[in-house]
Amino acid sequence: MQRTYELVYVMRPDATEQQVADLHTQVEAIVSRMSGTIGEKSEAALAFSGRRRLAYEIGHHKEGLYVLEVIHGDGALVHELDRRLKVTEGLLRHLIVRVDESQTKAERARAKRTEESRRRRTARGLPPDRQPGEGPQTDDSDDSGDDFGVEAEV
Amino acid sequence: MAGIGRGRSGSPSGGAGGRGRAGDDKNKDGKQGQRRGLFRRRKVCKFCADKIDDINYKDVKLLSGFVPARGKVLPRRISGTCAKHQRGLRIAIVRARQLALLPYASD
Ligand SMILES: [Zn+2]
Repeated sequence: MQRTYELVYVMRPDATEQQVADLHTQVEAIVSRMSGTIGEKSEAALAFSGRRRLAYEIGHHKEGLYVLEVIHGDGALVHELDRRLKVTEGLLRHLIVRVDESQTKAERARAKRTEESRRRRTARGLPPDRQPGEGPQTDDSDDSGDDFGVEAEV
Repeated sequence: MAGIGRGRSGSPSGGAGGRGRAGDDKNKDGKQGQRRGLFRRRKVCKFCADKIDDINYKDVKLLSGFVPARGKVLPRRISGTCAKHQRGLRIAIVRARQLALLPYASD
């Protein structure tokens, strides 16, 4: 079954451009051999990739090169990819997570909220959609929205 | 494998029930145990309030607000996060840790 996954891997900070390109090619090869495809990256994904400071040192490295790939494929593909990445030299970390499910779920939640809001507005005799000039407050947020602070206090 | 290990799941609590000491007094005007006067902000689940449906492990800025200095996940009783979102939050934090986006708990 075709699913969508997000692969993130972290290369050593001293990896050369060639090494980065090589690993990408290697990943692509595995994906296509296992009859999957590399997907489009969102803006957010592109913004995420790059050099970052590590939250903890990994083998004396304080930084890493983060790469994100979107992959369409099945479980066997992910299994194989994971197996290969585990033994890839110069890789500090990698993670593969399934994203299609959580995306659909989030979309459904959003749709439900919109529908609910429309229903309530109609019940109040308002047009179902917000009109220009109604102010920033959405009609289903009940309170002043005073800022939420996370305080470690008590 | 893809996805995330369950970690130690199953906290003893078991669920929604009353937080804190339930039923030691049912006084409605609770004179004690009801810290008043101090800034006591109404706790709201941030993710419900901001309508964040998908808590993403890449959103370090968001997550780090729930990971105080020692690196543990901020408990619900302090952050006010609802059970559903706390679950998602924990998973996102565990993933972020694996990628060294967030620190592991230091002892
Ligand atoms: Zn919530």
